[in-house]
Amino acid sequence: MNKQQTNDVILQTVTKVACFIILLFSFHLFFAGHNNPGGGFIAGLMTSSSFVLLLLAYDLKTVKNILPINFIYVAATGLFISVCTGIGSFVFGAQFLSHAFGYFHLPLLGKTELATAVLFDTGVYLVVVGVTMTIIQTIGERE
Amino acid sequence: MIETAKIVIAVFILLGSLICLAASFGTLRLPDVYSRIHAASKGATLGIICVLLGVFFYFWFLHGIIAAKVLLGIVFVFLTSPVGAHLIARAAYNTGVKMEEKSVQDDYEGYRNFVIKKKEDSYL
Repeated sequence: MNKQQTNDVILQTVTKVACFIILLFSFHLFFAGHNNPGGGFIAGLMTSSSFVLLLLAYDLKTVKNILPINFIYVAATGLFISVCTGIGSFVFGAQFLSHAFGYFHLPLLGKTELATAVLFDTGVYLVVVGVTMTIIQTIGERE
Repeated sequence: MIETAKIVIAVFILLGSLICLAASFGTLRLPDVYSRIHAASKGATLGIICVLLGVFFYFWFLHGIIAAKVLLGIVFVFLTSPVGAHLIARAAYNTGVKMEEKSVQDDYEGYRNFVIKKKEDSYL
């Protein structure tokens, strides 16, 4: 159907910039999730949407070269991390999925509140990225 | 000082919404796809940027918050909205959408990378 290869220079050039903006914003959403709107789920969706933008601008093979990750393993790692944070509370004699936080003095950030909920959120984030990218890549390959 | 700030904010937000309204009228009134995209993309981009600037000034002047997210949104809309319009227009041209009758010149004629062989391929 196509007479010649389509020339996607404008889309690809803008993707190179916009992809990083979306990634940065997804990290912001991830770390803001404790006190502001955001969190693991929406951050994972934003990250996978930036990968989908890459998939739209380039083809499947190029994206597999850029990100040589099998996203099923990413989802599995996320589930593993989430379960481990739940089980980790047994070590301190607390109930399953108990949550703790503390204030620490970090070198650059100063006084920071670190909570174990972030670890659970990391698991959620990885699961969402893995599942979304797996769905989209498997649908895209059926050509 | 606060009153001046409020006037500036109101002007930005009202101007932005009026530009968006003009863009939507342009989308309704103009004859073919390309001039509609011309109205919608440019008008909506500038309108949204004006509204977002108003929001940014509102939080800055009245609450003392510098909302970097809004600035990032302005940059992002400015960057991506014309590209979206460009892609829609190119897709329309490549699938064989005709220009308006009164248009004079088509320098891109013959360089469509989509060839209409059957009648179902055309979106006319």
